[in-house]
Amino acid sequence: MTQPIALVVNGQRRELQVEPRRLLVQVIREELDLTGTHVGCDTSQCGACTVHVDGRAIKSCTMLAVQADGCTVRTIEDMQDGDTLHPLQTAFWEKHGLQCGFCTPGMIMAAADLLEHNQEPTDDEIRHAIEGNFCRCTGYHNIVAAIREAAATSRAGAAKPVTAGT
Amino acid sequence: MTTDTTTDVLGASIKRREDPRFITGEGNYLDDIKLASMAHAAILRSPYAHARIRSIDTSAAKAMPGVLLVLTGADIPYNPLPMAWPAGGAAGIQNNVNTPRALATDDVKWTGEGVAAVIADTPAQAVDALEAIEVDWEPLPTVVDAEKATQPGAPQLHENAPNNVVFEWNVGDKEGTDTAIEGAEVVVRQRVVNQRLIPNPMETRGDIGWYNPGTDEYTVWMSSQTPHIQRLLLAAFVTGIPEHKIRVISPDIGGAFGSKIFTYADMPIVMLASKLTGGRPVKWVEGRRENYQSTIHGRDHITYLEIAGTRDGEVTGLRVRTYANLGGRLSTIGPGIPTTLYGRILFGCYRIPNVYCEVTGVYTNTTFVDAYRGAGRPEATYVIERAMDLFAAEIGMDRAEVRRRNFIPPDAFPYDQPSGLLTAVNGSKIYVDSGNYEPAMDKALAAVEYKGHEARRAEARTRGKLLGLGMSTYIEVCGVAPSKWIGAVGEGWGAAMWESSNIKIHLTGKVVVTMGTQPQGQGHETTYSQIIAHELGVPLDDIVIQHSDTLGTPFGYGSYGSRTSNVGSHAAIKAAAKVKDKARRYAAHMLEASADDIEIDGANYRVKGSPDKVKTLQEIAFALDLAFDAPEGMEPYLDETAYYDTTNCTFPFGTHVAVVEIDEETGEVELVRYLAVDDVGNKINPMIVAGQLHGGIAQGVGQALWEGAIYGEDGQLLSGSMLDYAIPRASWFPPLELDETVTPTDVNPLGVKGVGEAGTIASTAATANAVIDALSPLGVRHLDMPHTPQTVWRAIQAAKGGRA
Repeated sequence: MTQPIALVVNGQRRELQVEPRRLLVQVIREELDLTGTHVGCDTSQCGACTVHVDGRAIKSCTMLAVQADGCTVRTIEDMQDGDTLHPLQTAFWEKHGLQCGFCTPGMIMAAADLLEHNQEPTDDEIRHAIEGNFCRCTGYHNIVAAIREAAATSRAGAAKPVTAGT
Repeated sequence: MTTDTTTDVLGASIKRREDPRFITGEGNYLDDIKLASMAHAAILRSPYAHARIRSIDTSAAKAMPGVLLVLTGADIPYNPLPMAWPAGGAAGIQNNVNTPRALATDDVKWTGEGVAAVIADTPAQAVDALEAIEVDWEPLPTVVDAEKATQPGAPQLHENAPNNVVFEWNVGDKEGTDTAIEGAEVVVRQRVVNQRLIPNPMETRGDIGWYNPGTDEYTVWMSSQTPHIQRLLLAAFVTGIPEHKIRVISPDIGGAFGSKIFTYADMPIVMLASKLTGGRPVKWVEGRRENYQSTIHGRDHITYLEIAGTRDGEVTGLRVRTYANLGGRLSTIGPGIPTTLYGRILFGCYRIPNVYCEVTGVYTNTTFVDAYRGAGRPEATYVIERAMDLFAAEIGMDRAEVRRRNFIPPDAFPYDQPSGLLTAVNGSKIYVDSGNYEPAMDKALAAVEYKGHEARRAEARTRGKLLGLGMSTYIEVCGVAPSKWIGAVGEGWGAAMWESSNIKIHLTGKVVVTMGTQPQGQGHETTYSQIIAHELGVPLDDIVIQHSDTLGTPFGYGSYGSRTSNVGSHAAIKAAAKVKDKARRYAAHMLEASADDIEIDGANYRVKGSPDKVKTLQEIAFALDLAFDAPEGMEPYLDETAYYDTTNCTFPFGTHVAVVEIDEETGEVELVRYLAVDDVGNKINPMIVAGQLHGGIAQGVGQALWEGAIYGEDGQLLSGSMLDYAIPRASWFPPLELDETVTPTDVNPLGVKGVGEAGTIASTAATANAVIDALSPLGVRHLDMPHTPQTVWRAIQAAKGGRA
């Protein structure tokens, strides 16, 4: 038994037939082939599946796909603008804010939500904002540095374009 | 698109070359792989920690929608998984070996051992069908504690392992140590528990097996640190499928920390399932709760330590007896960890004349235990660093001063441990290669203003806080290992030996470097590029680093034990030297000069004294790869392979200092400062080195303060999900402060020692020592980890004479 849903994902309208038990993250990964959003646990602890739904960061394993019917979803694949990286992507790269990279998309999406609502977060605020996102590689040190840096470059509005691929 | 033409980047903190794919969501992890007609596997796991399987009825499951195949142990024609590193290197050691089968046949030994597998069209169908399998269980008595498991009357797990003993192993000088302890002025004794941990890489494990009926060959994608070893072990010990008929590919790995070194039951299952479904690729991806039960755990030691010495601070003896919990059956190198990688480095950075260690490996009804970041060395460091604090407290001497008095002095390197800890029974030995321990400690103590600690402690007490400072002056053992030594201490087995590299310079001048090592987040594609750019004078953008695929690549042991920079790098340097040698000879031919007269300056091969007579490496490659004009006897192409076997391990060291504040009312511990001074020798990329230290420190602090796998007496894993197991979060840490000293090793040309595990090895002991220091004014002398609010609160109450 499936149910029709329609949602806007990364700016594109998508219409799908989904089983009611399917999680949003499963549909994002398996139906829409957007595999940048990851699954790291089965208890909504790790945050690897963080995406934006209607502008707010959510763990896409906590939402059924049918609940996202009519919503706007943004994933890591939509964060760069053409060849220009999002300031958070640039800062994670510059500050060595990732190692294995598995938590990184979720971490960037959580941080983007923070910076949307707090343009000048303190380190404490950054650490609390990403509390729902586990990283096992970095000890969070450089992730905090990267988010701080991205906040600064975003404020300056002078994030010089950095291209992917080098 | 910018082009990076830099070639002199060795030692520079350049940005990582692998990052663009990860920050944009374009990484390619195991579960991201979709193949045509792919089927999906799910595994039914035992709900009992110890039980006989009377029967399994799969008929209902087989009739479920989408189900292609249901397998039980009886359907698997393969051997049990291998055990490839016994306790060894001493006389008369017997290993009583029991390893898992792909699916259990007669009985199960831990909750989570696999008993049946369903292959279906979709993952959901496979999971649904698991519920329809009926197993008739006969539950058996359980034991989960390693010490209790060896006592009379304990439930017995295996017929060939009386009293659940896997092995009784020892190392060191028993007689000398007994004498030293009997005659000592001071002896301090303590039982210490190094609790069980769950590694928790953010990506769980998974595999895809694909049997190609047309060629009778298998391709297995797996989230593994050791693709070459897995091909070997799956071929030679498990499936009997010839090694050349198996190809193993490791895609991007979302963290591993040791847990992805090993041969796991799901690997042969997906191979067989693909064959039985006529060549459909079969994918299995581990759920997190499954990961907690079916992927290895780490640590889990119960240790009795005795440290002896003089009243003026000289340590004269260390005697250690350890029960190492290895789980219900043995993982691939389980016995090697609490023996070779633990007992042999118990001396730490101290010149202790008499050391002796006995280890009993034990079966219990728990998940198997194997290498988790640090693997034996954090356990050893915890023992010796706790022992040093206990000894200092007993004689009333400052902790730093006791350490200083017992450091191996800088002129004693290479250091031969006098009790024979680094010597195998056949006499094969390694040395502590280099060290200069005092400057690192002095730097750390100055940075944290150690002298002001007591004043700060008094100030904190006025705020209702117990302030503590702990230190750990650690050594790590990296570059495991010289093949002769590891073979001798592992009874002809052993993990990690030499490493391999192949370098090809193609017609267009592009450089393809193929490595036998296997990254899991360490940035190998960056650091190897830095080395090769330096060696060959080629821009980074012209170099690609390949790894992870057994097809057409030289055999390699993979990455673990902090061995990539010190062993793998030197295979690459050796291959580059061969490339340069051949290029020099061909340049001589092109320039009509003698090879001895060609000098190499980056990518320029020039006739000495004739600056105009020059060919670039790219020109040489083009001409030699075409070989229209190759001289007699010279093979075409710049394509060289090298194997590098290190002569000795490397021993990074340093001093880590943790400062904690404990709320006296609640027992909550706050890590308020963490400072590390590490000496890892020279650095290929300091930014990556710092990242390795940050992550390692966080994991080690996690053990000291929060993490611990908890089993009920019935063998149920109570900390069975991320809800129940305390993975450290961002808000629990202060900024991590790093500093360094640099004592290059002369074991290898780069002078690098390795850094992957140093943070974890040092930080657990430093943090635990800080907590106990904070509690010491109350009279607390030792407390087992993790130092959760409950544990600490109970200790405070007990010390104050209240009820705990």
